[in-house]
Amino acid sequence: MDKNTLFIDTFFKPELIVRYLPDILKGMVVTTEIAMLVVVTGISLGLVLAFVRSLRLPIVNVAIVVFVDVARALPPLVLVLIVYFGLPNVGILLPSYAVLWLVLSLLLAAFAEEIFWAGILSVRKGQWEAARSTGLTYSQALLHVILPQAVRLTVPPLTNRTIAITKNTALGTVIGVPEILNQATTAESFSFNATPLMMGAIAYLVLFVPVVVAGRYIETRFAWRRV
Amino acid sequence: MEAILRQFFDVDIMVQAAPLILRGLGMTLLVCAAVVPLGLAGGLVVALAGSARSRGVRFILALLTDVLRAVPPLVLLIFVHAGLPFAGLRLSPFASVCVAFFLNNSAYYGEIYRAGLDSVGAGQREAARSTGLTAWQTMAYVVIPQAVRNVLPDLVSNTVEVVKLTSLASVVALPEMLYSADMARSLTYNSSPIMFAALVYLTLLWPVVRLVSRLEHRVGE
Repeated sequence: MDKNTLFIDTFFKPELIVRYLPDILKGMVVTTEIAMLVVVTGISLGLVLAFVRSLRLPIVNVAIVVFVDVARALPPLVLVLIVYFGLPNVGILLPSYAVLWLVLSLLLAAFAEEIFWAGILSVRKGQWEAARSTGLTYSQALLHVILPQAVRLTVPPLTNRTIAITKNTALGTVIGVPEILNQATTAESFSFNATPLMMGAIAYLVLFVPVVVAGRYIETRFAWRRV
Repeated sequence: MEAILRQFFDVDIMVQAAPLILRGLGMTLLVCAAVVPLGLAGGLVVALAGSARSRGVRFILALLTDVLRAVPPLVLLIFVHAGLPFAGLRLSPFASVCVAFFLNNSAYYGEIYRAGLDSVGAGQREAARSTGLTAWQTMAYVVIPQAVRNVLPDLVSNTVEVVKLTSLASVVALPEMLYSADMARSLTYNSSPIMFAALVYLTLLWPVVRLVSRLEHRVGE
């Protein structure tokens, strides 16, 4: 067997591609569903937290900062294992995909809160006052002066963080969520061949490369023009 | 309440598991000591090559960075550890972790350096060159120091991410901190060992996270 067919047989074996494509596609559906749920709940919760923080209630603010710091300091897999193995023993039974959704949503919420908060802080009071004194109405000031400045600071880091955290759906494989990586490693151990792993990697590329490219477009679109 | 305490904060179990987990911490630190410098160096190469004159080099680099940013690090790690042996390349868990995270982290550090290099105005380069510095001297003494300072919060924050990333090594059975803690958990049917590991991660990383917050606000002012 020459080198080329060996490579094909190891990573792109046609009959295995045909056999395992349905499994990988099922995994893609699960990954997409969980990722979208995480984005929706995580970003909404982050927005709510940032809004609550802007009310500046002393004890509540300390709690929010502690929550954000802890979420930033702990590896996601540690949290997944704590929730997945710990909660059943205190009487709370959650299916594994719910554990993954819950943990990733909380993580995204923490990072999103920090980013929204930075956006809120970035626009100074003087901007409001200046905008209003030139004769802009409240909504004009908000639309043309405040939001463009806040969004510039918020959107690029938020996209990056969202991509990074939704990629963590792959951690679901450790607790048996049938997402892409789980399907791929199962197929790999049945077929004793690396083709399913390659298919899994390609599945992630298909899902996430467009998101990464869109993220970079957003980043340049919203960047301050350099002088 | 008592059930929660027993399940997550059983002091006896924590004390019993502590030596194992702390040995795991040693391995975690060893992995960090290998992976952080590798990523920082790889990232610098990626960023510098990004301003190469050859269009081909820039294109391949951009493609590679996008691919690495799109594939979850755990997928990359399992591919290196479980996939490459079929092609005759069998790496130890430690080497697999180094290779996979070197690739992943180079892409991320590279993006950060890139933003840093872009933040240094062209006038700086021109001024440095016109005082007689060579292109390399300009990079080393004028551009890179300013670039690094401008993106310092991002560099530190990404390093926190890298330290957290090392916990994935538990999946390929490298006996780092999370692996050791999870082993103790499966022996005791109790989550206290993982809580203990979580507390160690917090002790290590919370000060750094606070520092990043501070740096971010200071740069913002």
